[in-house]
Amino acid sequence: MYKIILGHTTYEFKDLKTLMAKATPARSGDDLAGISARSMEERVAAKMLLAEVPLKTFLEEQLIPYEKDEVTRLIVDSHNDIAFRPIRHLTVGDFRNWLLSDEATTEKLSFISSGITPEMAAAVSKIMRNQDLMTVAKKCSVITKFRNTIGLPGRMSARLQPNHPTDDLRGIAASIVDGLMYGCGDAVIGINPASDSVPTLLKLNHLLDEIICRYEIPTQSCILTHVTTCIDLINHGAPVDLLFQSIAGTQGAMEEFGVSISLLDEAYDAVKSLNRGTIGDNCMYFETGQGTALSASANHGVDEQTCEARCYAVARRYNPLLVNTVVGFIGPEYLYDGKQITRAALEDHFCGKLMGLPLGCDICYTNHAEADQDDMDNLLTLLASSGITYIMGVPGADDIMLNYQSTSYHDALYIRNLLGLKHAPEFEEWLEKFGLVDNNGRTLPFVHDNRLIGISNIVNE
Amino acid sequence: MSDELSITEEQILQHDPWEELRQFTDARIALGRTGGGLPTKEYLRFSLDHARARDAIHEPFNPEWLKGRLESLGVESICLESAAIDRHTFLVRPDLGKRLSQKSIEYLNGYDYKGADICIVIGDGLSSKAVHKQSVPLLEELLPYFAKLHLTIAPIVLAKQSRVALGDDIAERMHCKCVIILIGERPGLTSPDSLGAYITYDTFRGRLESDRNCVSNIRPEGLSYQRAAFKIAWLVESAFSIGKSGISLKDNSDDLTLQTAEMLYYQKLS
Repeated sequence: MYKIILGHTTYEFKDLKTLMAKATPARSGDDLAGISARSMEERVAAKMLLAEVPLKTFLEEQLIPYEKDEVTRLIVDSHNDIAFRPIRHLTVGDFRNWLLSDEATTEKLSFISSGITPEMAAAVSKIMRNQDLMTVAKKCSVITKFRNTIGLPGRMSARLQPNHPTDDLRGIAASIVDGLMYGCGDAVIGINPASDSVPTLLKLNHLLDEIICRYEIPTQSCILTHVTTCIDLINHGAPVDLLFQSIAGTQGAMEEFGVSISLLDEAYDAVKSLNRGTIGDNCMYFETGQGTALSASANHGVDEQTCEARCYAVARRYNPLLVNTVVGFIGPEYLYDGKQITRAALEDHFCGKLMGLPLGCDICYTNHAEADQDDMDNLLTLLASSGITYIMGVPGADDIMLNYQSTSYHDALYIRNLLGLKHAPEFEEWLEKFGLVDNNGRTLPFVHDNRLIGISNIVNE
Repeated sequence: MSDELSITEEQILQHDPWEELRQFTDARIALGRTGGGLPTKEYLRFSLDHARARDAIHEPFNPEWLKGRLESLGVESICLESAAIDRHTFLVRPDLGKRLSQKSIEYLNGYDYKGADICIVIGDGLSSKAVHKQSVPLLEELLPYFAKLHLTIAPIVLAKQSRVALGDDIAERMHCKCVIILIGERPGLTSPDSLGAYITYDTFRGRLESDRNCVSNIRPEGLSYQRAAFKIAWLVESAFSIGKSGISLKDNSDDLTLQTAEMLYYQKLS
């Protein structure tokens, strides 16, 4: 029981899970779940009490019982006590103060990351303003490698997302040409296929591999299909670089996605054994998003942001190359408008980085949310200023397969120009070789006979 | 100075020299650029598409107008509403859009419908625009199939602030074996008026999504009315013959070429 008296009103919260939910900045998903604060004052009362909770409490009291949930078991069993030692005497409020101080250097933040549980990260984020989330995220350094180096300071990568509603190879190749010319694709060239039939996916996988090999692009490919289908592809001898899966923060929600930790373990071993990375072996790609546990009716009364942070405990077990929150995809019943989407994205980026993950963001919205491209511009600028690892590159920001709007190839160029952000170094060198950037990484005017335009002919061969 | 300031066309707009690749995809490629930004024309084209998609969601549902159009086809209809009282509530409370309002429940109690094989619901969903545009032309193609299959149809229900699962509530209260809900899909930028059809056999409140079959992207630029009607009829007939719908009913209506399948179908019916 947590209790505080403010003026003439006494606020009581029956347990830690309730306190966390009530302290969460407003969002529609927590309203839908019926767990949000009923007044502005109640929300601040909960924040005040949460600030006094010792970090140790999160090791002693689980929001979702250990016996009932394998994600909780993973969080508890993988906790690194040595990394936790420097912060074990702090309350949530002290932890915020320390994170913002000059004392909390990049090196120290890296050291403690495996001692921070999702609930600790979520709790401290709830008493941080947007600028706090940005300041601390920017201090965290997470570097991953497969065929290039992702996450170096002063750099930002982009996924090239060339989706097509009927998986048409020429349509996909055309979008790849467009994206590469604009300098996207150093995070991954990743297709969300419309189909889940193995023969179709094999064709897509071989197309990407052929393009990467023939043009010697220092990047990796991914077909974003279910993990079991990807294992099928591997068994068919497909050139699988990265294994993709959507994950969630509770066992029940993971089951809704048709996955478990043991299945992910098996898939991880399968893709790792292919050994296709040239300079590193980070070979997993995960996507997450606030609201998935609630939409699977598997949130156990835990707020959607805390459920999201729990995904990162699952992700970090596999040393992924890439993890991104698909922040506005789920719809207005979980994140209502541009303000809520922005807040959620900054929280996710902060929690992910603090826990040691290479967090990127699909800065996006659906047409039934109260958001537009201006909100995405704002969020892109905030996240890039906070050191986001990568963003999406979708032709003209309009994904014609998934029917939502994300960031475009142009948007990536905009933010590079505005903030002076460079590509992954190996990719930058490759772009220079193909005459697309100068020796300072600045984009050059396009020329008519650029060899890359010929990529589209691969399909006809 | 004024010479240096003279602005040429190349300075204000850079074309992307792979414009011929546009023939392979509807994706927004080869848009050109100005600095890192979109050319004015492309920015405005995107704005127009987004505005249309937004308007499609917020366009008020007009059941009276649909009722009139159905009457002119000689089809009877009734108007109901979900428990979501307005568009905002509908968007943030998916649970309320899945059940009838108290007023509609009382109306159905008084209506006391005795039952039929099929209940067709037209629900606004996320795009009234889609429903206004596509539902009646689709029904013109679809209804003759049911007549040939000797399946009886309840009066068509026009349902306001409706999610897919509202059909379960309606069909249960109207004692129908199978519900087909025609509903406005979430609008994309290139498809603000796309209609979806969900078929659920032996339906009742609390049916799972995996118990339904779906035919989506119904619009002249996507799945045509003729093909959609054929697919829906094929699924309904199959559902009645195996006694279930959902994941255990595989949509094999595309196995033959459309023409042949349709002809076979008519042959089988006659």
